[in-house]
Amino acid sequence: MQSFDAIVIGGGTNGMACATRLTKGGKRVLLLDAADRPGGAAIGGDGASGASQMPLAHLLMMLDPRVHAGMDLDQHGFSYAATDLATTALSATGDHLVLEGPAGASLSGSLSDTDRDAWATLRKRLLTYAEALVPFRALTPPRIARKAGNDMLGLAKIGLGLRRLGRDEFREFLRLFLINVADVLEDDLTDERLRGVLAFDAVLGSWLGPRSPNSLLVYLNRLAGEAAGTRAALALPKGGMGTVADAMARSAAASGVTLQSGARVERILIEDDRATGVVLTTGETYRAPTIVSAAGPKQTLLELVGARHLDTGFVRHTRNIRSRGGAAKLHIALTARPDFRGADLATRLVIAPDINAVETAFNATKYGEVPERPVMEIVIPTAHEGAGADDPHLLSAIVQFAPHDPRDGLDKARKQMLANTLGVLEDHAPGIGGLISESELLMPQDIEARYGMAGGNWHHGELSVEQMLFLRPFADVAQYSTPIAGLWLASAGSHPGGGISGAAGWNAAERILSRVAA
Amino acid sequence: MKDLRHHFEAPLRTTAFHERIAAANVLNEWAPWAGYTTATVLEDAETEYTAIRNTASLYDLCPMIKYRITGSGAVDYLNRLTLRDVSRLPVDAVHYTAWCDDQGKLLDDGTLFRLGETEFLLCCQERHLPWLADSAIGFDVSIRDATDEIAGLSLQGPCTAAVLTEAGFDVSALKPFRIARYPFQGSTLTISRTGFTGDLGYELWIEPGLALPLWDRLMEAGSYCGIRTVGSTALNLARIEAGFITTNADFVPADQAVREDRVRSPYEMALDWMIDFGKGHFNGRRALLKERDTQSGEWAFVALDIEGNVAADHAILYDGRDREIGQVTSAAWSPVTKSSIALAHMRRPYDTKAKGGIWAEIYALRELHYVKLMMKAEIVARPFFAPPRRRATPPGRF
Ligand SMILES: Cc1cc2nc3c(=O)[nH]c(=O)nc-3n(C[C@H](O)[C@H](O)[C@H](O)COP(=O)(O)OP(=O)(O)OC[C@H]3O[C@@H](n4cnc5c(N)ncnc54)[C@H](O)[C@@H]3O)c2cc1C
Repeated sequence: MQSFDAIVIGGGTNGMACATRLTKGGKRVLLLDAADRPGGAAIGGDGASGASQMPLAHLLMMLDPRVHAGMDLDQHGFSYAATDLATTALSATGDHLVLEGPAGASLSGSLSDTDRDAWATLRKRLLTYAEALVPFRALTPPRIARKAGNDMLGLAKIGLGLRRLGRDEFREFLRLFLINVADVLEDDLTDERLRGVLAFDAVLGSWLGPRSPNSLLVYLNRLAGEAAGTRAALALPKGGMGTVADAMARSAAASGVTLQSGARVERILIEDDRATGVVLTTGETYRAPTIVSAAGPKQTLLELVGARHLDTGFVRHTRNIRSRGGAAKLHIALTARPDFRGADLATRLVIAPDINAVETAFNATKYGEVPERPVMEIVIPTAHEGAGADDPHLLSAIVQFAPHDPRDGLDKARKQMLANTLGVLEDHAPGIGGLISESELLMPQDIEARYGMAGGNWHHGELSVEQMLFLRPFADVAQYSTPIAGLWLASAGSHPGGGISGAAGWNAAERILSRVAA
Repeated sequence: MKDLRHHFEAPLRTTAFHERIAAANVLNEWAPWAGYTTATVLEDAETEYTAIRNTASLYDLCPMIKYRITGSGAVDYLNRLTLRDVSRLPVDAVHYTAWCDDQGKLLDDGTLFRLGETEFLLCCQERHLPWLADSAIGFDVSIRDATDEIAGLSLQGPCTAAVLTEAGFDVSALKPFRIARYPFQGSTLTISRTGFTGDLGYELWIEPGLALPLWDRLMEAGSYCGIRTVGSTALNLARIEAGFITTNADFVPADQAVREDRVRSPYEMALDWMIDFGKGHFNGRRALLKERDTQSGEWAFVALDIEGNVAADHAILYDGRDREIGQVTSAAWSPVTKSSIALAHMRRPYDTKAKGGIWAEIYALRELHYVKLMMKAEIVARPFFAPPRRRATPPGRF
């Protein structure tokens, strides 16, 4: 049998980035993924088109430039169908507002000059703060302890970056750091559509409403991402998100990673308090001195390792990782182009008429209820490419908020969620209901079952201030290492969090390479 | 069920033996223990202590916290929870053990009774249900606070085997740390040869409904030697002589400590002999291995013989006359050894090299005025008092 230096569990984008980086660092790596194709949430259809063939993630905004370049994705079939995607804040009356350029650099539509100016100022400020966070993303989080092996140079640079904000701006940064996004938007802006779409973006993928504390911080995190070399931009890969997964898989293979699909790890072998291998559900065993899990931290620690190898306090921390999913995913196939009252279908369409619409949709989930009027982000991939005359039009939407713990059971909630979502769609695109030939709605529980994300959470564990940086997923394991020698974490559940990015996997690999002797 | 909202009307509960103890408690001296009313002294502490060391004594153990741990995963669970190897504890035997948090700091010590292959009773000073319950995640085990379900009685002193025989319970073959069962009024009396006095003694476990008949039977059987009900003051004196530690007297449990430097590891409480690194993972193992390998423990736990006859309670210890090196946690004038004895935390390495000698700063209250005494102290072996009769099987007849 071939021998490996490292086994990476989970072939999502983080697992593939991690395995490739380790291979480039001279390790022989076996990558095991449970699904029949690698890519995790980025897996696309296998040629056939249809509602159920659509990937979970539909837009690129967090792709780590180190991963993009280091994996030579462009050489392996990756390119963009659209960069710098605009966003249309849909109005039910057709009075749409279009945010063009990264993070709404310019606004078109009816809007007062006061709001235009206020947004320009606020946007600049938010981007400046987001920029200060960028270097953190590529760093192993520091540990608040003596002799913790922190990257002092890297930290010093970031410190300098924050210092450059100047005293007043730094004070403002601190003021805004933990604030809720609604307060900021209501202080500075008056236009409901603009406030609605910004509030929506801030809480997309979070279990937070716009009035929840810290909701601005997750927005800053989003703005700290990039696509196609532009900060805070949105992009659509050519061929859909599946091409990102495919390009990564090809890159991994080309660099020498041995990738095995259909291989679900059942447990991690621990001998003498060291991770020494993995056992698959089929009973097959693989051994290596380094085991990296790019499956989520909860599953890895509680199921693959098991509580008996861990201390009780540690198990408590692991179980307490907050990981509630609030996002549902809607896929529909349409017999004709829908009409959102004239909106450009090649933009991202957001239905979030005002801040309270987002907050109200969030409120329902607290009581296990389905919101009457969910808010959503819509992408129509066939508006960009691919739809031949006979092909259906496809619509992909992330709909919030779905109850993480539905009071009346999952099946009822799913049905209700679909009905309510279609109701909102009908209001904005009259007649769309009649065009639907196929539909699928994935609740957070479905997402957990299909993709293995704890609770169906976007980030494999809520990305919020108490679970960020050196607290992600919690302090004891924030540096990718675990108490079990030879076992490392590399999924979105680790710093810097989720998105189709590869950042966590790449960071983990760098940490491992710097810590594990060749 | 009783309306729990009225709990405040009786802030302290009474034990199954209360009726008898209240009748005997002529001084009416009571103190709370784990939510129960317990006697500190009934008549005279010295006489009660004398019963422990010379005849037979009865002490109410009901408030001691007891957890019943059962299930096919019980051994694995307890091995992960505690320091010692539970798979080596035979059925119907007891061992003294302790458990730690993730950082390898002590949460409590206690006695673990193995009542069956998969049935255990863990007895301890403090309550730990949340910790025990969270420790059960991933194990096939169930845990119940059984404090109320079992009445416990401690029978200690050189005549206790004879008293039990007289009462109809032949314990002559029962070895230290072993358990035996006897029929009693249609129920079962469980007797373990355990105790907190370092002397010959037994602990008796009975369903609460039979507590008083058992009490009466023992009192009657022990009348020939002057058996006595004793309070916690006398017991505490005996346990210090025996060198036993008490949670929250000799160390602060890690989950209760507020001050960072109050927590103690088994190495720092001289309990490291319990640690079994070879049995697989247990709570605190990684931290304790590191502590062992780097010798990072900052404290030593020592027994002291101090000059003079004033108990050195909470005395500060010095190397020479000015360098603070430790604190006394428990102290007493020991009648049986005729010396002033103490248990103390001592900062390493002064436990082995206090150049100027160890001195205890004692404040003696003499007619409203404290008098400060600087007394020479010496580290001695623990226990201070360990009569051979405590282990002899069959026990001698006194
Ligand atoms: C509804 C929704 C929509 C989203 N939309 C977007 C978006 O548009 N843009 C964006 O950037 N992000 C989006 N995200 C977030 C993004 O999908 C995730 O953050 C990202 O996929 C995390 O990548 P990962 O590699 O860490 O994990 P995953 O992509 O979840 O991959 C984990 C992999 O591990 C494998 N695995 C799990 N357990 C085992 C096991 N025991 N043995 C072997 N393999 C195992 C799985 O098969 C999977 O391939 C969305 C998330 C959700 C929930």
